[in-house]
Amino acid sequence: MLSVSVDSHFVHKMWNDQELKKMIGKDIPFPMLSDQSGAIGTLYGIYDEEAGVETRGRFLIDPDGNVQAFEVLTPPVGRNVAEAIRQIEAFQLVRASKGTEATPSGWKPGKKVLRPSIELVGNVWREWDVKDALDD
Amino acid sequence: MPKEFKPGCERPKASMVATASAEEQVLPSDVTKEVQSMIKVGKPAPEFSAPAFYQGKFVNVDLAEYKGKWVLLCFYPGDFTFV
Repeated sequence: MLSVSVDSHFVHKMWNDQELKKMIGKDIPFPMLSDQSGAIGTLYGIYDEEAGVETRGRFLIDPDGNVQAFEVLTPPVGRNVAEAIRQIEAFQLVRASKGTEATPSGWKPGKKVLRPSIELVGNVWREWDVKDALDD
Repeated sequence: MPKEFKPGCERPKASMVATASAEEQVLPSDVTKEVQSMIKVGKPAPEFSAPAFYQGKFVNVDLAEYKGKWVLLCFYPGDFTFV
């Protein structure tokens, strides 16, 4: 986990010490990166030049250094941490299966995975229920 | 491991790390900027290094050091901004 904003490393220290530490009872457990010029945000396409801040971009990068997923929100709406974790678990499952398994809509740990094959073409309806797309 | 650095008055800079694929890209200057800002799933994440605060220390973080691990890279508008 890496977080990035245009604040200086000094401000990150103060935010950690004065506020975040009080929320979780310890230091933030991941590096808080400083991107004061917006160079990294620009590289990732989420830097808002007019406002001079980075928007809420979230990128999931796999062990080979490839981007597997991203999501971008404007500032007033916070992210859903549970969804980010669900996606990490799904991508890790697919990677561990070496691409033989796929996670259908609404998948979470314990729910059915699909194994794409010639037999499965046109037969997903036998294997998977639309209700599985929604939370229990 | 991220390298620790001493705090000074000079502002440490985040930087992009030139990758082979970025060097290969020869594009007309007017479209370069737009093309570089496009992230594609399944394609390499742009590399960078940046100063950071990490558990009581100031360190320099290089994305390349995280090869072999899953990385969740989260940008946000600013410290102390409520949500």
